[in-house]
Amino acid sequence: MTRFFRTRQAALTPLLLLSPAILTMLFVVAIPLVFSFYTSLTPYRLTRPETIETFIGFRNYVRLWEDAAFWAAFWRTILFLVIALNVEFLLGLGIALLINKITWGQRTLRTIMMFPMMFSPILVGFQFKFIFNDNIGIVNNALQSMGIIDFAIPWLVDARLAMFSIIFAEVWMSTSVFAILLLAGLFAMPRDPLEAAKVDGCNAWQTFRHITLPFIMPFAFIAMTIRSLDVARAYDIVQVMTDGGPAGRTELLWTLIARVGYENARMGQANAMAYVSTILSIAFTYFFFTKLVAARRYMGGAE
Amino acid sequence: MTRALKKRLKATALWLTTFVLMIVMCVPGLWVVLSAFRPNREILAKPPVWVPQDLTLRNFTKIFGIGEETVAIPVLSYFWNSLVIATTSTVIALIIGMAGGYAFARFRFRFKNAWFLGLMLFRTVPGIALSLPVFMLWSRLGIIDTQMGLIIVYVSLNVPFTVWLIDGFFRQIPMSLSEAAQVDGCTRWQAFWKIEFPLAKSGIAAAGVFAFLTSWNEFALASQLTRSTDSKTLPVGLMDFTSQFTIDWAGMCAMAVIIIVPALILTFLVQKHLIAGLTFGGVKG
Repeated sequence: MTRFFRTRQAALTPLLLLSPAILTMLFVVAIPLVFSFYTSLTPYRLTRPETIETFIGFRNYVRLWEDAAFWAAFWRTILFLVIALNVEFLLGLGIALLINKITWGQRTLRTIMMFPMMFSPILVGFQFKFIFNDNIGIVNNALQSMGIIDFAIPWLVDARLAMFSIIFAEVWMSTSVFAILLLAGLFAMPRDPLEAAKVDGCNAWQTFRHITLPFIMPFAFIAMTIRSLDVARAYDIVQVMTDGGPAGRTELLWTLIARVGYENARMGQANAMAYVSTILSIAFTYFFFTKLVAARRYMGGAE
Repeated sequence: MTRALKKRLKATALWLTTFVLMIVMCVPGLWVVLSAFRPNREILAKPPVWVPQDLTLRNFTKIFGIGEETVAIPVLSYFWNSLVIATTSTVIALIIGMAGGYAFARFRFRFKNAWFLGLMLFRTVPGIALSLPVFMLWSRLGIIDTQMGLIIVYVSLNVPFTVWLIDGFFRQIPMSLSEAAQVDGCTRWQAFWKIEFPLAKSGIAAAGVFAFLTSWNEFALASQLTRSTDSKTLPVGLMDFTSQFTIDWAGMCAMAVIIIVPALILTFLVQKHLIAGLTFGGVKG
């Protein structure tokens, strides 16, 4: 009797403990998402509230399919993410390897490295808007003072340069996530396999490729998962740096959603876009999370 | 001798490379901080003034309305809103996260991984995408442009990550400790508060700082869910300095410093625990 009661209780306790978390997510995320899905099936406009009751099926999604501006923003977002994440990973790995080698002042360097992580994305955007400003920015001023150029480079006005500047800001902000976590991986690495490799005559590259890299990959996936949880914060950067301009050439999915939803007041259409962007984010996170779980299992339960 | 020298040289070169790299990384931030203490006319000067000629606190006194008749931008109320919203949502998220994290770290139950993944996937919804339905629902509920409206959203934003971090911290504490306490006659509840909580305390503080900073720095949702001094936070207020044709660079830099200083101090205090929590205790830093 008591035993029966005990096991029942043991099975219920974790769910009871989890319930506040689950309820919160249900109320603030799941229910709004359901509402959002319904809205995406209506021609809802903020200026005409009654339109929320008109049901038009998947017409908003069909319209998206034919919308060139949407696809441009969609592919630009994918490209942006692929470039940014790869550069951040490689730079972060480089920095982690450098700092790992250093013995004097390592702690200080690690602390300094964490600073960009704590900048509000909106601040990062402002900071680089200031620095890349064609008239008063430090970059152009420095280049002109050194006599390298005698004109102002239109960093945020030219479409390609603006995209470069945005990616630069994004990389500046997020590289440290990778560097910090990869460095943690390097610290946790056992010494024995490295010594064994040395004895067996492996060169530096072979040791890195076959011992170090596989060991720190789970840490890289942790970083990727954390990053993919809020890739959309790039919205803040773009919003303040270029606002999607010039002429929509730096428009990402997220800025497009804000423009259609709030500026054009076409909520139904914007919600359809928001759904696409949500699925995109979930796919990213899911992908890296399964990689993380697989890598951890491969490591033999490093959890 | 030469070999030792070579080794030494190599180490110095390595250190210098890293040091230069770090400087490059810090310059953008430092430039903003420096500009916060310079008058606008020096920032706008052509040819550029490289060595600051007159450093001043005027940008700060101006945005706080000290010695001014009218305050153009109510930074003080933004600051207060940010503080209240970030603190409250952090405290609530910590309580919820502690319960959830403990459940994941200490219990076996069905679909455990699925629950965890589900929680994370909810976090991944882009802020701006979530803002659309929340904006519509909150308007109906009448909590648009209130501190409470934003607090509720930020709690849900912070819960998944807090659970993740706190789960990691509890896992680092051997289960045998609380079992021993229970053998000695503690209830599980007492064992938690007397043994496990004190050990995980610094980790939980780190999770709290992380949650605080997420709320403190958030822009996408806040920019749509706030309208006035009733609830506008600092990141949203930063945009007040830009009008269609002019930007008050010095004022914005000063505001940037106000946003970043609390964040840096908090990060500095808990950085060690934060890394440890993120990697499930893989480090002994």
